[in-house]
Amino acid sequence: MSGILASMIDGLLIGSVYGLAAMGLSLIWGVMDVINLTHGSMIALGMFGMYMLFHALAVNAYILLVPAIIGGLILGTIVYWLSVNWVIDRPILMSLLSTFAVNMMVIGIGTAIWSTSPYNVNFSLPGITVGAYTFTGNHMAAAVSAFVIALLLQFFLYRTRAGKAIRAVADNRDAAELMGISSTRVLMVAFAIGIALAVASGALVSTLFPFTILSGSTYQLKSFVVTVLAGLGKPFGALLAGVLLGLLEGAVSPFIAVSWIPLIEFGLFVVVLIVFPRGIFGRATA
Amino acid sequence: MILRRPLFWLILVLAALFVWLPLRSNNVALREDLILVAVAIILTSNLNLMIGYTGYVNFGHIVFYGLGGYVGVYLMTVRSWHLIPAALTSGVVVSLLALLFGLGILRLRGAYFALATIGVLVAVQAFVSNFESWGRSTGMYVSFESYAPLGGPKHALWTTYYLIIAIMALSLLLSLGIKLSKFGLGLFAIREDEDAAIVLGVNATVFKAIIYSVSAFLPAVAGSLMFFKNGMIDPSIAFEYMLSLEGIVMLMLGGQGTVAGAALGAGLYERLRSYLLTSPRLSEFHLVIAGALLLLVVRFAPGGVIGWLYRLLPRSHEVIE
Amino acid sequence: MTALLEVRGVTKHFGGLLAVADVSFTLNEGEILGLIGPNGAGKTTLFNLVNGVYKSDTGTITFAGKDITGRSPDQVVHLGLARTHQIVRPLNNMSLLENVTVGACFGRDYQSIRPARVTALDVLKRVGLADRANSPASSLTLAGKKRLEVARALAAKPKLLLLDEVLAGLNPTEIALMISLVRSIRDSGVSVFMIEHVMQAIMNLSDRIVVLNLGRKIAEAPPAEVVKNSDVVEAYLGFPDIVDKLRGAQPQ
Repeated sequence: MSGILASMIDGLLIGSVYGLAAMGLSLIWGVMDVINLTHGSMIALGMFGMYMLFHALAVNAYILLVPAIIGGLILGTIVYWLSVNWVIDRPILMSLLSTFAVNMMVIGIGTAIWSTSPYNVNFSLPGITVGAYTFTGNHMAAAVSAFVIALLLQFFLYRTRAGKAIRAVADNRDAAELMGISSTRVLMVAFAIGIALAVASGALVSTLFPFTILSGSTYQLKSFVVTVLAGLGKPFGALLAGVLLGLLEGAVSPFIAVSWIPLIEFGLFVVVLIVFPRGIFGRATA
Repeated sequence: MILRRPLFWLILVLAALFVWLPLRSNNVALREDLILVAVAIILTSNLNLMIGYTGYVNFGHIVFYGLGGYVGVYLMTVRSWHLIPAALTSGVVVSLLALLFGLGILRLRGAYFALATIGVLVAVQAFVSNFESWGRSTGMYVSFESYAPLGGPKHALWTTYYLIIAIMALSLLLSLGIKLSKFGLGLFAIREDEDAAIVLGVNATVFKAIIYSVSAFLPAVAGSLMFFKNGMIDPSIAFEYMLSLEGIVMLMLGGQGTVAGAALGAGLYERLRSYLLTSPRLSEFHLVIAGALLLLVVRFAPGGVIGWLYRLLPRSHEVIE
Repeated sequence: MTALLEVRGVTKHFGGLLAVADVSFTLNEGEILGLIGPNGAGKTTLFNLVNGVYKSDTGTITFAGKDITGRSPDQVVHLGLARTHQIVRPLNNMSLLENVTVGACFGRDYQSIRPARVTALDVLKRVGLADRANSPASSLTLAGKKRLEVARALAAKPKLLLLDEVLAGLNPTEIALMISLVRSIRDSGVSVFMIEHVMQAIMNLSDRIVVLNLGRKIAEAPPAEVVKNSDVVEAYLGFPDIVDKLRGAQPQ
C-alpha cells in the first residue's frame, strides 16, 4: 500500500515538470492558436542544453536553469521567425507542417551531433528518507523549480505590462491591436516564452532520467494530454493537470509495463478531447 | 468516363514500364530500386486521399502498412496461407480496424485528429510489441518453406514485384477514380469547409470514415507483400515513424490533392533519399534535409511541383489531375 | 395556405445564455417570411435550430409534414430545406461550377455527378454567374459570393430556402438585383425564410414578418401590421409610419 503512495508522491513531483512543459505548449496554443509541433524537439534541446552547461560549468544544475531559460527565449525567437510568424491565420495544415518540418530538422541536427545514445546529467541533491522510502533530492528540486517558474510566469502575465499585452492578444487580437498593442511583437514574445518553458522542462528532466535526442517526443505526448486535460487559458491549470497526470502515472506504474503508458496516455487524450472539450480548468482547446 | 482521361492511360503505361524495364534484362538491382519507388507511390497516393482530398492530416499513415505486414506474415507463416489470399485478407482486416479507430478519432478536427493519428501509431506499436502470437518485440521470420508454393525465393521475388506494381497502378487509378466521382467532390468540399459541406448535404461523418478506411486497404496489402518478400517483420521496422513523415514530405513535394503529384513526389524523393543514404557525408543529415525540404515547400510552394506546373502551363490541368 | 414549416415552443440555451426562448411560428408554402430583430435577438440561432446545426433544448420543428427536430443539417437538405450563411462560406479553391455541383449532388435529388453539373450550370445561369463557371470561388467579389451561396442552395432543389442576411454588404445596385432574384425564386415555387436588416427590402419582399427580440417572438404578421405593433416599434423600428416612408423610397 505505501509503495503505491510513494510512487504517487514521486509521480506528483515529476508531474510538475510535465505541467511546466504543458504550460509552454498551452501558452502558444492559447495566444496564437498554433499547435507547436516543435515542442518535443525543444524539450530535447533543453535536455542537451543542460547537459552541455553542466559539463562546461559544473555548478548546481538547478542554477543552470537560468541560462537554459535565456537560451530557450533566444531559440524560441529564431523558431518563430523561421516557421511560425507566417502561419498565423493560415490553414491548420500549414502550421502543422511548418512546425513539424522544423521539428524534423532539429531532431536531425541533434542526431548528427549527439547520435541516439543515452546521455545523463550526473548531478544529485541529497534526498529525504521517510520510513522505507527515499524521495530523491532531484525530484523535489525539479518540482520546486517547476513551481517557481510557474509562479514567475503567473506574475509576468498578470502583473507586468508585457504580460497583460499577451493576455489581451490571446483574448482578442483585433481588439488588442486597436488598443495599440503590436500583435506581431507580442506573438513573438509569447512564442519565445512558450519555447523557453519547454526548454526549462527538458532541462529539469535531464536531471531526473537518462535521455536521448528522441526523448522529447514522450514528453510532447504528455504535454498534449495535459493541455487538453486542463483546457486553455490559465497557465496554472496546466501545471495542476500535469501534477494530476504524474499522480496517475505513479498510481498505475507499479502494476503495468512502462511501454503501455504512452498507450494509456493516448487513450486519455482522445477520450478527453471527445468528452471534455473544455478540459477541467479552462476554455475549450477547439 | 475515366477511360477518356489521359491520366488513366499514363498510369497504365507507367505500370507497364515498371514491369518491363527490369524484366527485359533480368536486372535484379533495378527491380529492387523500382520496388521501393512503387511502395512510396502506394503509400503517398493513399495518404493523399486523407490529406489532399479530405484535408485531414494523417501523421501515422505507416501504421496501415506495418499492420498489414504483420497480418500478412502471420497468415503466411503461422497459418500457411497462400500469398494472395493472405494479402487480401490483411487488407480487409486492416481497413476494418481503420474503420473502428476512425469512428473514434474522426470526430476530432484539424490538429487534434493529426495528433490522434500519431497516438494510433504509438498504440498499435505498443500493442504489437507486447503481443505474444506476433513475436512481441522480436517479431516474426518468414521461413524458406513459405516461398515454396511460389516456386522458391527467386521466383517469389518477381511475383511479389509484379503484385506490388499492380497495387501501385490500383492506388493511382483509385485516386483518379475518386477524384472524378461524386464521393470525391464531397471529400473536397469537406476539405474546403467541413461545416459548410454538411449544410450542403454531405454526410461528413460517413465520408470521412469511409475514406480513412479505404486509405488503409492498399497500403496494408502492400505491407503484407513487402514484409513477406523481405523475410521478416518486427515492431521497429513495421512502424517506422520516419516513413510516415517522409510520406508527408513526398506528398507536399509532389503536390497534395493531385493524382500525379503523389506519384511524382514519391519518385523524386525516393531518388533523393537513396542518394543521401549512400552518400557518406550526407546520410546523417537525411532527416534535416527532409525537414528543410518540407519547410521550403510548405512556405514557398504549397502546391508542390504539380502546383507550380499548373501555374506555368494552365492547360496541363486537363491532362494531369 | 398549407403550412410548410412549423416551429413550436423552441428554446435554446448556451450555458447560462438564453438565445432563443419558446419561439413558435408557421411558414406557409409559397410565401416569403421575413425574420427581423435587433442584433443578438437570436435570428441566426433560430436558423441554426431549423436547419439542424444546433439541437433545440425543447420544442418541435416540422417540415413538409415531417418532424425534423434533432435531425442533422445534411439530413435536412435531403428533405428540401437549404440555407445560406450570413458570413459567406464559399468552397474557395473549387470553381463556381464545382461549388454549385456539390449543392446539386447532395441536395434533395441526390444527383450523380454528370446530371448534377448540368443542374449546376443552369442555376449559375439563373443567378448570372455562368460566364465565370470555371473560376475559383475565391476570385469573386462579395456580391458574387453571395449569389454563389444562393446558387449552391438552389441547386439542392429545396422547397424552402433560408436566406441569412443575403443583402448585407451589398451596394444599392447589387441589392436591387438580389431582391429580384429572391422574388424569382419564390415565383418558381420555392418558399423563402429570410433574415434581413435592410428594412426597405424586407418590408417590400415579405408576405409576413416574424420579429424576435432577446430570443422571444414579439410579432408575427404582415409588414403593414408589424410596423404598427408598439413592441416592435419600441424594440427596433422607431417611427410608426416608416412603412409608408420606405415604400415611397423603394428602388425600381
